[in-house]
Parts: sequence; structure tokens; C-alpha cells
Amino acid sequence: MKKIEAIIRHFKLEDVKNALSEHGIAGMTITEVRGFGRQKGHSETYRGTEYAVDFVPKVKVEVAVSDDQLQAAIDTIIKAAQTGQIGDGKIFISELTESIRIRTGETGGEAL
Amino acid sequence: MVQFVLLLAIGSVLAASQLPTEASAQEPVDNATVEDKTGQMADSVSRVDEAMAKADEALLAGHNGWMLTCTALVLFMTAPGLAMFYGGLVRRKNVLGVIMQCLFLMGLMTVLWALYGYSLAFGGNDEGENPLIGNGQYLFMHEVARSWDAATNTPIEPMEGSIPRLTHMLFQGMFFIITPALICGAFAERMKFSSMILFSILWGTFVYCPLCHWVWDGGILAFGADGAIAGGALDFAGGTVVHISAGVSALLCAVMIGPRKGQGTEDMRPHNLTYTALGAAMLWVGWFGFNAGSELLSDHLTASAFCVTHFAAAAGALAWACYEWITQGKPSVLGVASGAVAGLVCITPAAGFVNPMPALLMGALAGVVCCIACSLKSRLGYDDSLDAFGVHGIGGTLGALLTGLFATRACWDIAEGKPLGLFEGGSVLTGQIAAVGVTWIFSIVGTFILLKIVDATLGLRVSSADEQRGLDLSEHNEEGYILF
Repeated sequence: MKKIEAIIRHFKLEDVKNALSEHGIAGMTITEVRGFGRQKGHSETYRGTEYAVDFVPKVKVEVAVSDDQLQAAIDTIIKAAQTGQIGDGKIFISELTESIRIRTGETGGEAL
Repeated sequence: MVQFVLLLAIGSVLAASQLPTEASAQEPVDNATVEDKTGQMADSVSRVDEAMAKADEALLAGHNGWMLTCTALVLFMTAPGLAMFYGGLVRRKNVLGVIMQCLFLMGLMTVLWALYGYSLAFGGNDEGENPLIGNGQYLFMHEVARSWDAATNTPIEPMEGSIPRLTHMLFQGMFFIITPALICGAFAERMKFSSMILFSILWGTFVYCPLCHWVWDGGILAFGADGAIAGGALDFAGGTVVHISAGVSALLCAVMIGPRKGQGTEDMRPHNLTYTALGAAMLWVGWFGFNAGSELLSDHLTASAFCVTHFAAAAGALAWACYEWITQGKPSVLGVASGAVAGLVCITPAAGFVNPMPALLMGALAGVVCCIACSLKSRLGYDDSLDAFGVHGIGGTLGALLTGLFATRACWDIAEGKPLGLFEGGSVLTGQIAAVGVTWIFSIVGTFILLKIVDATLGLRVSSADEQRGLDLSEHNEEGYILF
């Protein structure tokens, strides 16, 4: 099992969610996050006082998938979240040691 | 069914109105004697009296109805108006701290006003017998509340001009609330709550009450009063009493309490400008009560004051936003909100003395001047958190001076035919400058002494750790936003 963490643009969330659902990925968790990479922040001015805002708001999508679903899920996210401009986000993959469905106690692939 | 009840009601009213006519028709008319004629004359005199009493009642109903409405509008300015305007400008960990200051002052200042504040500000006669401060005439609402006159067996209803003194007391009391609340913008996010309370009690008593008495109750700054400095000042609704005093005191507070922890390095952006924008809109509405209500009755000048208030706010909002547009590339929401308030502050002393076109100009000037003033503070090194000085101190001073230029007897012929402002050949500008100087010095000296007293007894600031946690938690054990 793998955990996919995708940092994407807000307005791409709906597309990513729908595309993953179509590929049979039934669950996901999202968080509103702030961060920066190559995309520069911006400046804001309040009554003449300027603030450099480095952390740009993004959405983080977390999905747990079985190993054979992984590549399809990555491709799906890239296709749905891409605009080609700097700031499209990143995908991080990590090993997932276990998953458990709380209601039934099922584990592993059964719990995804 | 409803129609039937209505028909019944109309029928019974008609029947009742016919009764007196029938009764008078039955009176004998053939024995018209001298006594009868005298009786008829007395009757018509009493009818005239009755009509005049009715007219007086109608006048009182109009004036009092308007003034009570204005009173509520001015209270509305402190909370939700100022509470939201200021609340949105602080960081989220201090939002309750600021709203609490406004709400608490609504209670605190009202109690002080009821016990002695009104008496210190408005006690004594207007003939210059108490040039420095009011007396104990209205302590504990004596001669303000209704009382019973045993000699005539009637209630005594004290009047102040065209309205009950109760209404006058309430209306002025709302100014007593908002003035210290304005100062809170300067020391926001770091002052101890208990110190804010002690400071507000002292400041209201020893700075606001005398100043209010000087300008509005025949004291040393009252226009045309005997012994007034340079002939006194025109201050229709509180340019000196409220805005210069609060703004200048705010500057001193900001300097003496020192900058917020992390000023210049931490993210100090306003946490919720939607509050601030809506709060500004509420202030704009409430200001109609503040300025037009300061006529203390409802007449033609009330309409004039209402109009110039609105015009100045409009011009201020446009001017500040457009100035930003030109100098920074974009018009901001905070700019348009602050500009409206700056325009309103500026027109406050002039509301009863200037015509609509000068009001547009005054509002626009205030928008630009206050915008520049606010952007200077970071360079000058003091941390007036919410720009109480930049908007109220500078806007109020500008307004007081511009009143000296634009005031016209056509609005209020206060000097009995003599011209007022410089542009119509009058000389009130001298009095305006003098009043500005006196108010600045008095506010600075008064606030300095009071802050020293508060500092020596309670201390001014919360601890550094408490400041970091935010005043909501450290001072009130609460959080503004609990989001699950």
C-alpha cells in the first residue's frame, strides 16, 4: 500500500476528486494548507504597510491506494491538476504499513 | 370576518363622533346673554391654549423621536460599528480583546455618565460661571430624571432646549462611550484589560468631561462665550471634543506603551477585513446620528448636517481608494473603509456650519491626508496598531482647521449676522487654531499623567508570554473562533 499526498491548486480539487472517483478510488482526505516552492509569494499592502506573503494557499489531497492502483492514481492526479504554469503543486508517495477500517476492524487492502 | 370587524369599528367611531354634535344642537340658542358671550370668549381662549399645547406636544414628539433615534445610532457606532471595524484589523488571537473593550466601555462609561459624568460635562449654567468644569448640579441624575413637585402636585419634567434633559443626557452619554473606545485602537493587542478600564475611567473623568464642558457648555473653548480663548471654536459634533482628544491621546498611548511584540517582523495583517468593511459601513450609518443629531432637534440645519456628513464620507472613501490606486496600483477595501471614516471625522466639527460642496472637498482632503498620515507611522517608529491617531487625530485636526475656512453663516448664523469662515470674510479660524492647540496640549498632558498613574499602579502591558498567546486567551480565557 502507498499513501499519495498531492498538493494542488484550490480550483483543481473538484477535477481531481472526480477523476480519482472514476478510477475507483473511493476515499480521500483533504486539508487546506499553505506553503511555497518555486511559485513566488505575493505582497499585500494595508494602509501603506507592506507585507510579503510567502506561503501560498493550496489544498492537500491524501489518498491511500494499493500498489497496483498507484501508477493509475498518479497519472490521474497529474492529468486533472495540471495547468502547465508554475504553482501546479507536487505529489509525494510514501510507504503505508497498515490501514484499518474502524467499523469492522478489517485491515490491509480490504480497508481501503 | 376581518372586514366585518373593521366595518363595526368604523361604524362605532362615526357614531361616537356624532354624539357631541347632537349635544351642542340641543343647547338653547335663543337666550344669548352677555354672560354667554364672555363664556364664549373664555371658551375660545382656552381652545387656542389647547391648540398651542397640542402644537407643543407635536413639536416635542418630533424632536424627541428624532433625538432618541440618533442616540441609538451613536451607541450603534461603538458596537457593532467600532467593535467590528477594529475587531477585523487585529490578529485573530486578539479579536475578542478588542470587541470586549468596546462592549465593556458601553457599560462602564454609561455608569460613570449616570453617576457624575453628565454633571461634570454639562452641569452649571452656560453663562460662563463654570469656565473649566461643570458642577454637581446633575449628580446622580438630579434635575435630569423626572421628579414630583409637591407644591403644584405635578411631575417635573426637566427640559434641555427642545428635548427632555434625559434625552440630551443619553445622547451625550453615547459620545462619552465612543471617545475612549476610539483610543483602544492605539494600544490594541497588548494593553492589560484592567489597565484599560482604569485608564478609561480616569481619561473620561479628567480629560473628556472638562473638554466637553469647555466646548459645549459655555467653557473656555465655547464659541462666543465670555472669556473664551480667541473667541472660542466652532465644533458642531465633536471634532475637538471627540476626535482630536481621542486621536492625540491615542498617539501618546501608542508611544508610551511601545510597539507590539514582533512589530516589523511578524505577520500583523488584519485577520478579517470583512468585519472591518462592514464595521465601517455601520459607522457611516451611525454617524448620521452623531452629526445630524448634534443639532439637538429636528429642523432645516439637521438636514444640512445630515447631507454634509454623507457627502464627506462618500468623498473620503473615493479619495483614499483612488489615492491608493494611483500610488500603489490598486484600490483597497481597507482604503475605502478608512477613507469613509476619515471623511466622517473631518466633517464632524463642520457638520452644522458648511454647505454640501465644501463638504465634498473636506471629505476628499481627509481621505488623502489621513492615507498619507497612516503610511508614515512605520517610518516614525511608533505603533498605533489601528491608526486611531492617523484617522481621528489627523482627520479631526484637519476638520477643525477647514471649518475655520469653510464655515458659513448661511448654515448656522451663530454670530448674529457676522461672517464665520475665512472664505466668507470671517475670522473664526483663529479660534479654531487656538482650540486645536489647547486640545492637543491638554490631551497630551492629561493622557501622559494618567498613563503614568496607570503604569505605576497596574502596569500598562500584558506579559510578553501573554501577548504571544493573544489577549483572548490571556485576558478573557476565551477564543474568538472555534472551528471544528
